[in-house]
Amino acid sequence: MSALVELRGVSKLFGNERAVSGLSLPVERDRVTVLIGPSGCGKSTVLRIIVGLEKADRGEILYNAQPITAASLRTVRQRIGYVIQDGGLFPHLTARENLSLQSALLAKPRSQISQRIDELCELTRLPKNALARYPLELSGGQRQRVSLMRALMLSPELLLLDEPFAALDPLVRSTLQSELKSIARQLHQTAIFVTHDLAEAARIGDTIVLMKEGRIEQAGTFRDLSEMPATKFVTEFINAQRSTLLT
Amino acid sequence: MKLFPRSVRRGIRVLLFSAISACPAVNSLHAANPIVVGSKKFTESYVLAEIAKRALENAGVKAEHRQGMGGTIILWQALRGGGIDVYPEYTGTITEEILKKPGASTDEIRRSLDTQGIGMTPDLGFNNTYALVMRRDIAAKLGIKTISDLRAHPELKFGLTHEFLDRRDGWRPLSTRYGLKNTRVLGIEHSLGYASLANGDIDVKDAYSTDAKIAQYNLVTLRDDWLFFPQYKAVLLFRKSLPQRAIKALNQLAGTISEARMIQLNAEAEHTKDYARAAQLYFGGHESSGGETFPHKLWRWTSRHLELTGISLALAVLIGVPLGILASRGGALGHVILGGSGAIQTIPSLALLALLVPVPFFGISARTAIAALFLYSLLPIVRNTASGLQDIPRPLRESAVVLGLTSRQRLQKIYLPLASRSILAGIKTSAVINIGTATLAALIGAGGLGEPIISGLNLNDHATILEGAIPAALLALLVQALFDFLDRVLIPRGLRLRRQ
Ligand SMILES: Nc1ncnc2c1ncn2[C@@H]1O[C@H](COP(=O)(O)OP(=O)(O)OP(=O)(O)O)[C@@H](O)[C@H]1O
Ligand SMILES: [Mg+2]
Repeated sequence: MSALVELRGVSKLFGNERAVSGLSLPVERDRVTVLIGPSGCGKSTVLRIIVGLEKADRGEILYNAQPITAASLRTVRQRIGYVIQDGGLFPHLTARENLSLQSALLAKPRSQISQRIDELCELTRLPKNALARYPLELSGGQRQRVSLMRALMLSPELLLLDEPFAALDPLVRSTLQSELKSIARQLHQTAIFVTHDLAEAARIGDTIVLMKEGRIEQAGTFRDLSEMPATKFVTEFINAQRSTLLT
Repeated sequence: MKLFPRSVRRGIRVLLFSAISACPAVNSLHAANPIVVGSKKFTESYVLAEIAKRALENAGVKAEHRQGMGGTIILWQALRGGGIDVYPEYTGTITEEILKKPGASTDEIRRSLDTQGIGMTPDLGFNNTYALVMRRDIAAKLGIKTISDLRAHPELKFGLTHEFLDRRDGWRPLSTRYGLKNTRVLGIEHSLGYASLANGDIDVKDAYSTDAKIAQYNLVTLRDDWLFFPQYKAVLLFRKSLPQRAIKALNQLAGTISEARMIQLNAEAEHTKDYARAAQLYFGGHESSGGETFPHKLWRWTSRHLELTGISLALAVLIGVPLGILASRGGALGHVILGGSGAIQTIPSLALLALLVPVPFFGISARTAIAALFLYSLLPIVRNTASGLQDIPRPLRESAVVLGLTSRQRLQKIYLPLASRSILAGIKTSAVINIGTATLAALIGAGGLGEPIISGLNLNDHATILEGAIPAALLALLVQALFDFLDRVLIPRGLRLRRQ
């Protein structure tokens, strides 16, 4: 089966700084691909290039084996859900309004929208009474649940998550990790999940891609990386976080 | 979810356009008009204009008096442009300032005016020439009786009106002719000048020879011993297109007012603070005043004030917010927009009014005041709209983009509501500034709460000034309160939470 998204020789420069450097990565369907690596290695930039927030200087991005063009970008975006660290929820809209914004503008019937919201509340275990609240009235965990719901509203083909749980306390974080994992399973969701936490990567990822300075150091299962590290950097990275893995 | 629902926005638009077309001042040039008599900003001009108005009314012609519209140039332009039909003028001013033909005879004046469609009555019976005046006690102490006596006292301080400082028969040629070497010369408003003379801030000022204040402040007129000042015989200038009946009524005023009579009428006007009453005295009437009651006047001033500020503010919002949106995108256009509206703000408001008056469409009318106020209101609205939009955090902008909203949807549903607090703050700033600036509208006869302020200034009467100043200040506070309330209605609740 072909990859849903494929990056081919993609490079991105910020001034003289190489954020992404000749990176090629097929993102397979129905799997959660985790991008991991030290801070500044280019993980967020890869996601931003896929949704068109940054333009690659070199290389191409294929979506369903078609290159993404300026004309197709908006429709591609509507098939992608994107969740960022602090949620990116609009503070002037209630949780429910945040969730229905996109569907309402696409003229989806009201009943269908609220049915979808009900489904997602169950899936993410968001209490229904939280829907009437504004983002500033929600807890951090609830905000991330709503962000995830917003990304899932249109049943996206691809879900992009950029450290969605980084700001949460460990207990909530751990709950959300297992929930996300089971949601991905249930929905057969293709997703790219960015983190710099190896324990999180191991729990959520089907494929783990370890990056360093804009390049892929090694890609495979967690087992591949820990038992057959391709480079010295892979060994070091895994050893440095091994203690957290035991907890 | 929107800043304004569609229906409200449509309502605002309809209201605005109907307000503009219903506004009497804006339409005044098109309506079947009464004859408009204008006056300059000093007592005698007010009184003469009032007398002309009465004379027209007595002849069965509808007339109105637009008080204290400004100086010579503004009145002359208004007369030529048809903004007014009649105003009192002086022959010296006509030759020196208007026709720029010093020493021209009455016939020459008449012929020149004729080519411009303007007529002139025979002189009304008195010569109100310029004069220099001093406090009687100081003049006696220094032994000064004539203007040439001033040459021995270069230390004396002159406080002269701005008009006199600039006139071709004013300070510069006068000081050259008499060889006056005084360097302490400052420009001061006419009525305030009398107070400054009284308390010794200045020693010499310019005045009109029929000015009632000369006696009131115990001043002496210095004799023009070298005959520098031209004759200033009072006349009425009028548009020749006026009906014959009206012209006849004006001409009948010729020779009916002696110098002593004029001083008396001026004194009456300043004493009672009521020009209409002084005019009535001329026609032999007594008391029976017939003037408006104060609440009625206050209502007329305030409603006009609100009309001026409301229309100009609404226009500024309709134009300023879109300009602010364009400016927020940066680039050359953004610079031009912000720079342009900033530059307008640096033009002094009086100068802006004066610049607009000679422009054909504007002239002496509420339109000019509205246009000037509109231009002043732009900057705060444009700047706050632009900065409010630019300050939206990047993650929120990007979320809107990634959700696949069109740029129009992003603006309507996300960006404008997020910037609403800043935009409203800009509108509020403009509104409050506008209330204050609108008092200047009275200078060009557009009315409003500036009317009592300016006539109070001319009469040096603090109570009258306060009649305009206090309501204007209260109005500003009220507008502030109104906007604080609007904040609560228009700023989305989710954004106001941060405050708690
Ligand atoms: N808009 C930008 N302008 C300039 N440099 C940028 C910009 N965005 C990212 N960079 C640089 O590109 C490199 C990659 O950034 P990126 O955000 O992709 O890192 P990351 O792997 O997501 O790091 P982290 O784990 O800290 O989020 C960094 O060195 C960063 O400084
Ligand atoms: Mg990042």
